[in-house]
Amino acid sequence: MGLIDLLKKIEPDKKKSPFLHTLFDGFFTFAYTPDTVTKGGVHMRDGMDLKRLMVHVVLAMQLCYLFGTYNIGHQHFLAAGMYPGFIEGFHLKLAHGLIQMLPIFVVAHVVGLGIEFWFAAKKGHAIEEGFLVSGALIPLIMPPDIPLWILAVSVAFAVIIGKEAFGGTGMNIWNIALLSRVFVFFAYPTTIAGDEVWVSGYTTLAEGTQATYGWAHSLFNSLFGSLDMDTFDAAKTSIADGYSGATPLALAYQGGWEKVTETFTPAQMWWGTIPGSIGESSKPLIIVGALMLIFTKVASWRIIVSMFIGGMVMAMLMNVWGATPFMEVPWYYQMYMGSFLFAMAFMATDPVTASSTNTGKWIYGFLIGFIGMIVRVLNPAYPEGWMLAILFMNTFSPLIDHYVIEANISKRLKSA
Amino acid sequence: MKLVKGRLTVILSLLFFSQFSFAQSGGNNNYLLISLVAVGVVILVFAILSLADNLMHIEGKKAGIDSKKTNIGIFPRISDFFAKKAPNYVVDGAGYYPTTKGHNLKLAGKPTGDIKTIHTNRYALKPTDFNGISPIPKVVVEVGSEVKAGDPLFYDKKRPEIMYCAPVSGEVVEVKRGAKRAIAEIIILADKEISYREYEVPNLEKVDRQELKSFLTKSGVWPMLNQRPFDIVASIDEDPRDIFISTFNTAPLALDSNLVIAGNENAFQKGCDVLNALTDGSVYLGLDARGDAPSKGFSDVTGVKKNYFSGKHPVGNVGVQMHHVNPIKGNDKVWSVGLQDVITIGKLFLEGKFDASRLVSLGGSQVSTPSVIRTYQGASIGDLVEGNLSDEKNRIIAGDVYTGKESTTENFIGYKDDQLTVIKEGDKYEAFGWLLPITPRPSISGTFPNFLFPDFEFEGETNTHGEKRAFVVTGQYESVLPMDIYPQHLMKAILAGDFEKMEGLGINELSEEDIALCEFVCTSKMPLQKILRDGLEMMREQA
Repeated sequence: MGLIDLLKKIEPDKKKSPFLHTLFDGFFTFAYTPDTVTKGGVHMRDGMDLKRLMVHVVLAMQLCYLFGTYNIGHQHFLAAGMYPGFIEGFHLKLAHGLIQMLPIFVVAHVVGLGIEFWFAAKKGHAIEEGFLVSGALIPLIMPPDIPLWILAVSVAFAVIIGKEAFGGTGMNIWNIALLSRVFVFFAYPTTIAGDEVWVSGYTTLAEGTQATYGWAHSLFNSLFGSLDMDTFDAAKTSIADGYSGATPLALAYQGGWEKVTETFTPAQMWWGTIPGSIGESSKPLIIVGALMLIFTKVASWRIIVSMFIGGMVMAMLMNVWGATPFMEVPWYYQMYMGSFLFAMAFMATDPVTASSTNTGKWIYGFLIGFIGMIVRVLNPAYPEGWMLAILFMNTFSPLIDHYVIEANISKRLKSA
Repeated sequence: MKLVKGRLTVILSLLFFSQFSFAQSGGNNNYLLISLVAVGVVILVFAILSLADNLMHIEGKKAGIDSKKTNIGIFPRISDFFAKKAPNYVVDGAGYYPTTKGHNLKLAGKPTGDIKTIHTNRYALKPTDFNGISPIPKVVVEVGSEVKAGDPLFYDKKRPEIMYCAPVSGEVVEVKRGAKRAIAEIIILADKEISYREYEVPNLEKVDRQELKSFLTKSGVWPMLNQRPFDIVASIDEDPRDIFISTFNTAPLALDSNLVIAGNENAFQKGCDVLNALTDGSVYLGLDARGDAPSKGFSDVTGVKKNYFSGKHPVGNVGVQMHHVNPIKGNDKVWSVGLQDVITIGKLFLEGKFDASRLVSLGGSQVSTPSVIRTYQGASIGDLVEGNLSDEKNRIIAGDVYTGKESTTENFIGYKDDQLTVIKEGDKYEAFGWLLPITPRPSISGTFPNFLFPDFEFEGETNTHGEKRAFVVTGQYESVLPMDIYPQHLMKAILAGDFEKMEGLGINELSEEDIALCEFVCTSKMPLQKILRDGLEMMREQA
């Protein structure tokens, strides 16, 4: 217990320096579970606490992180027509992915956690763990080349306006991660829309453009050079002929499933070697994460199942209707494209912003799937709907709960 | 009419949408038309069937058949396929209620072996054991005076008829006061051989209810009658709608009620008869259908309505049983009586003495030889556990780990306690304990590998395993409460002081013991029992 004594000795005073004390408390309770015992009420407590809950969501995302990071590099080299095999040029793809990914991750956490710490110190309570998950989600739903200042502004907006203004963790109405993305979407539309943004390294995808590399790449260059491996210098070619960088959804909007399969095979879309937001692409890895969340009872299986049903029902209805080529995309292939599964596993299941009653969860999930598919297919400006559908249903989830609760109340009063 | 309208809308809207598809999809009209017709036929058939079903229900109601319990419609109910079959000892006419929600916490230190008899030196009666009486009741004895078992010790100034009586005979040695001069304990130095106060027991067949009530209030057994809502000592002015008795306890390390009933079958029957004379409604007995058939002492009782329950904790709680059998509605007043209390009431009428003897189970990981002890109400904890505890820092709990009171060896067991649990104090830091705990810990969460070891007995410790947070997780409380109640919304209504919502969400059906398991599983470490008690007190002041 020597370390504990040392740590206790350097604990800053709560009154003199509240911010430092909050910071210390945050990290101390991270390293050590406190020695508090039950007082009044139950004498034993379940081993589950908010930290453990949140960290399990983060753990469930780790496969998406690994794949997403590598896929940034993979797509980058595909655009140049180099290393078309998935594991060809492994070191270069991984290095490029890390160079893009790490700053995004660090900036999202420094900004978000910084704000969270500051508010906790101001309010005089312990740091709550909400941002552990939001901070891990935000990098996964951003385009790989997002300017860091835009990311910082969007995270700050989401945490301050979306969460702290409502009273902190557990009080927010909208999903924090999605709020930051929707901020980017509406405030800086060019950074998150169009074909160019989903492939890292090529600011515009005009033919003949060359990727430009920075100091981090030169560091890796010297490392790889000394090991007699390929370097980024060899990769400084212009973009391949006919490469557009369009995502499957953009293609589907233009010409339906046929147009999509001209560029991508279903297997590619399933395994995720396609351009898109960093974490959304690989379907099996997302399913593994979702199963982990369901199995550990961290996420509500009701929302996951009902959202899947809702999305599929709407896709089938559109198949029947079939007014546009996009509508005629077979309903089971809708799942292969875009971020349907990612939103289902990690976004819709946020317990704070979802409906809180079990009946409400079925309705909530179903409507997200239903509305999201409408937005995806029938929206000319932006071919993906989950962000807007989830935020929309976040807004309505208290209303759904209200009616479920009122039904319970009137049942009780009626039988009286 | 509403139904027809709804169906018309569906058909019309389908037709409406089909126009679009005709216009836009061109080719496969036939396929669409056929499927529409097929859907129409299915709806029609379903409409006819459901009409017939409704008519049968109406006929059934006219004939006086309870549609909740017997299926009289055309459609089989989902429960007909999936419902658990009642065990064969559930007799005809008795209800059977299988529940699925809840959680069984298995703790080490289950009492075994023969019943030990421990007559402790001192006993105490504690006004704090009773909800809703004034903190400074009128004490009618003085320090030094001799009392017999059944002699009154104090009464509540608001309800002076109800006497709170001595469990044993002896000398009153101390009236201990707590915070704000509230009376905490009235301590009796017990006689070796207990002498009982003599009563003139009324004849149950002839006595009228008012006389019976006044006898019960004077003889010391009245405080054993609990009234819901609010879980307080029953009021004299109002008759209860029904009286409920749960004959089994599902809490961790709870006392085996078969031990309690053995030899007391007649007293239990008599007690039930007395309770029957107090209500125009029924006396309901909740029996254990989790395993083997319950003791004959319970299943052969006459004059009561029997209901069998199976499932996990808290299905043994009387509140849960009330909710399933006949829930508290509107201004209903319902009583519940503990198992050993019924026997005490029965003995009062059979033997003419106030016999407050109690079986108490002593269990938990810190007890060297867990056992069942025969003693009296309010026995001294120090004497009960002497030489039987490990040397570590212990938490002695008068009651079970969910609802018991934190106690020391200086304290006494409570009026209604039939259990003493001793577990480890968990006041230790643990490195990354939230992520990689080194000791096994009970949890309903799937993040612990507990499901691999269903029979593992946990040691149990009092660490909170985390800090208090705002409500984040939803659906967790509902998963361990086998009642049609939304606990989280109820708690929020209490915190907001919204009386109408509190009542609507069923606060009147609950007491702390029902919500205790929700508090145990709470990820945000909320003090739910305290919130609920605050809410109940608010409701009571309003009423």
